[in-house]
Amino acid sequence: MIFDSGIFPDPVICLCAAAGTIALSGFPGLFLSRSPGTGQRVAALLSVLASLTGLAAAVGLLLVPRSETWLLDWNLPFGPCELAADPLSALFLIPVFLICGCGSLYALAYWPGEANRRTEPALTFFFGLLSASMAFLLLARNGVLFLSAWEIMAISGWFLLVTEHRETEVRKAGIVYLVATHTGTVGLFILFAQLRAATGTFVFPPLHSLDPAAGASVMFLAALIGFGAKSGLMPFHIWLPSAHANAPSHVSALLSGVMLKMGVYGMLRTLFFFRAPLPWWGILLLVLGGASTVLGIVFASAQRDVKRLLACSSIENIGIIYLGIGAGVYATATGNAPLALLCLAGALLHALNHSLFKPLLFLGSGAIIHAAGTRELDRMGGLSRRLPWTSAFFLVGSVAICGLPPLNGFAGEFLLYFSFLSEARSAPVPWMALLAPLLALAGGIAVASFVKAYGVAFLGAPRTQKAARGHESKWPMLAPMALLAFLCILFGVYPQPLVRLAESAAGSVLPWPIVPEWRVASRIPLEFLTGVWAFLLGGCLLAGILYFRRIRALPVAASETWGCGYLAPTPRMQYTGASFSEILTGLFAGAVRPSENVPAIEGPTPHASHYRFSPTESLLERGILPALSWVAGSFSLLRRFQHGQMNVYMLYIFVTLFLLMIWVP
Amino acid sequence: MAAIVDMVVHLLLVILMPPLLLGVIGKTKALFAGRVGAPFLQPYHDIIRLFRKGSVFSRTTTWLFRAGPVVTLAATATAALLIPFGNHEAPVSFAGDAILFAYLFGLGRFFTTVAALDTGSSFEGMGAAREVTFSCLAEPALFFALVTLARVSDSLSLSTMLTRVSADIWIGEGASMLLLLSGLFIVLLSENCRIPFDDPNTHLELTMIHEVMVLDHSGPAFGCILYGAAMKLFLLGAFFMNVALPFKSGSAAGDWAFFIFSMIALAVAVGVVESVMARLRLVRIPQLLVAATVLTAFSMLLILR
Repeated sequence: MIFDSGIFPDPVICLCAAAGTIALSGFPGLFLSRSPGTGQRVAALLSVLASLTGLAAAVGLLLVPRSETWLLDWNLPFGPCELAADPLSALFLIPVFLICGCGSLYALAYWPGEANRRTEPALTFFFGLLSASMAFLLLARNGVLFLSAWEIMAISGWFLLVTEHRETEVRKAGIVYLVATHTGTVGLFILFAQLRAATGTFVFPPLHSLDPAAGASVMFLAALIGFGAKSGLMPFHIWLPSAHANAPSHVSALLSGVMLKMGVYGMLRTLFFFRAPLPWWGILLLVLGGASTVLGIVFASAQRDVKRLLACSSIENIGIIYLGIGAGVYATATGNAPLALLCLAGALLHALNHSLFKPLLFLGSGAIIHAAGTRELDRMGGLSRRLPWTSAFFLVGSVAICGLPPLNGFAGEFLLYFSFLSEARSAPVPWMALLAPLLALAGGIAVASFVKAYGVAFLGAPRTQKAARGHESKWPMLAPMALLAFLCILFGVYPQPLVRLAESAAGSVLPWPIVPEWRVASRIPLEFLTGVWAFLLGGCLLAGILYFRRIRALPVAASETWGCGYLAPTPRMQYTGASFSEILTGLFAGAVRPSENVPAIEGPTPHASHYRFSPTESLLERGILPALSWVAGSFSLLRRFQHGQMNVYMLYIFVTLFLLMIWVP
Repeated sequence: MAAIVDMVVHLLLVILMPPLLLGVIGKTKALFAGRVGAPFLQPYHDIIRLFRKGSVFSRTTTWLFRAGPVVTLAATATAALLIPFGNHEAPVSFAGDAILFAYLFGLGRFFTTVAALDTGSSFEGMGAAREVTFSCLAEPALFFALVTLARVSDSLSLSTMLTRVSADIWIGEGASMLLLLSGLFIVLLSENCRIPFDDPNTHLELTMIHEVMVLDHSGPAFGCILYGAAMKLFLLGAFFMNVALPFKSGSAAGDWAFFIFSMIALAVAVGVVESVMARLRLVRIPQLLVAATVLTAFSMLLILR
């Protein structure tokens, strides 16, 4: 490999150097206030170069799975400063470097220093710092070092988030974020204190070295609070939508595509400190993951703000990742090694895929927000004519995030479906098979959400003057999107390389040596998938060519859209995002609780009136007060189960029977 | 050799037979209404005529509007390779193709609805919203059915899943199979926008689902859509009939003949449902779909017992 040939002395040093360069990339810009934009260009150049180096080192570590340790002899009270890279950290380093490079290039046109003299230097500086702190966090093998990197990450994330701090909404989002992240950090303090009590040192114990004894569950719960809060797992997701919506778009891409995964990484790292995780850990993760999956995408489907929609869909994707992790942990605990490998590989593959398409969508949303001057979907429309490239890239991201073939989102979900369904074949009580319909429901709602996001923003006629005058972005914004869209297509049609990376990381944490028969490639015929894609693309091409030749041979006329006979349609009469998701929001009104203001229409010639719809942050806005009024309402709780809806009653019967089946031997 | 013959017959059936189902449904409905009805082959004439017609494109639309029908048709045709007909294996089968089968329809739906939104018409937006909402409720039912079938057949490949359903399984697990079948029939009707979910022949745009999404398509594009919709009915119908009538004649030709017969029987059944039932109110549709999910979930529960 390249490392053996001596080009790179040591992958860990390589990774550290890359991360260090990124950390300092924004530093010169702080002192170059005389020539705005110079510092930003320097930072972009440094970040892109360092990212390429880091990516090469991380991928190299995964291709030949091994661990490298680098001990810094640092005489500090908390023990040796150990930095190490193993396949698990290498896997998570890939998105860090990829999105950091893409984001810093994107910022050149999105947040140019010339036009934002006040905010740009700090934004560039903290962007580098955030990326670098995440890289160091992944390399740290000492609790205190880990927590330091964690705090730098959290705080620089906050500084990035409040870039536009003159707006009230941004400040509010910042405070919620700060409180949430520090509540999570408390959990981590407990975790690392417990770890130190168990091992006598702050240095991380090796994989599978701890006994899952009495204190283990405390550690697990502490980790769940700390890492769950960071990754936006329900019910710790309250900070996520507003934080990701209010940050500048390339920051949202980094926060959503990469920072959430730091929680996932921490969780995995902690879980596999133990010789064998306990089964109920897996079940708890599955329950929270399942709730995040369905509710996350339900919230997304109701949003009006494009970035809030994307942020809520991150909750869904994190849920899917945790579904895989939970299933993998349960399988590890019960000794089902092949299933554990498949589930964990699926979860990690989905994590990698999510860090391709979610940043792509956030970068795309930045472009359309620039063009339309608003984040409100219902004030956009018709942007695909003015922004053809952004439109195409956003479409790729939308199809990928719905998990539709042949893009990369499908590959990760396919692995998870496969593991859930294969459980159904043989296990005595295959309760994991229940997750397949759950995932299918979430997939269906994802299609609804992203058809809405894409359709309302890009298609139809412009709803406002501003949207009609939008302009295509400059190349520094388009190039990162093009790269990510290309990767989404490539790893959708040919997922084998990513599957291999994910599998190598998953295999490295499992307490068993991996037998060839367990490998994903020998269980799932991925090459068949590629064959089917070839068929699909071939079919599209063939049908397309025939169809366009047919159209060309025949007369073609242009006219207005058929309005069912109405003669004076205006763009404002188009279906809006709120109307698009109305039925779905109605079905899940219990979760979304939209606040509506429905005007009364009176008389034969009603006056002009106004309809307003806004989804609420249910848990945040309703979580605390309802907790208090719960006591009062608890006696009327029984009444709520008796509402006369037949199909829900049938569901009760089903759930009861199913639980009975599990409990009664 | 037999495999090649099977593949050729499979492809011929997929290409040629779908519009016939529409013809049979139409004829059945006509009989119920006491009319003579259009000939069985009328849908073929309709599709061919559409491919000879010129097109009208709205000025609002972009390339997606033109690409939508093509991608949808290609996705449906790809799904056609994965599903076995009668007792014959599908041309392409591998472990996990059942998941792909379900998701290919998702891809088609994505592009149909996006093409509908491309026109900027609120009617078409309405149809697209209904389509995505109702289908996301039908999806869990389909996956519960897949879990049941995976359990019954000990396989994740549609070819094995569906061809292994036999009379023995029906005798042993009759209750479960019956529940599965009723859930699947609801999914079949809703996914193909038949009564009681949607009326393909209604005259009022406000009440339609599928037809309103394609209001602006004309000429060859509309031909593609009609043909794709017929093919989708054919494929999901084949899925359903494989479970419903697992009859094995012992000879290849007999199996093919029986399959064709069973598909026509299905079309008659759909026609009968359409003749004796009215369309449901829109608010009732989600309830029926949830009921379908619960039915298939029950069938899974019984099979696990």
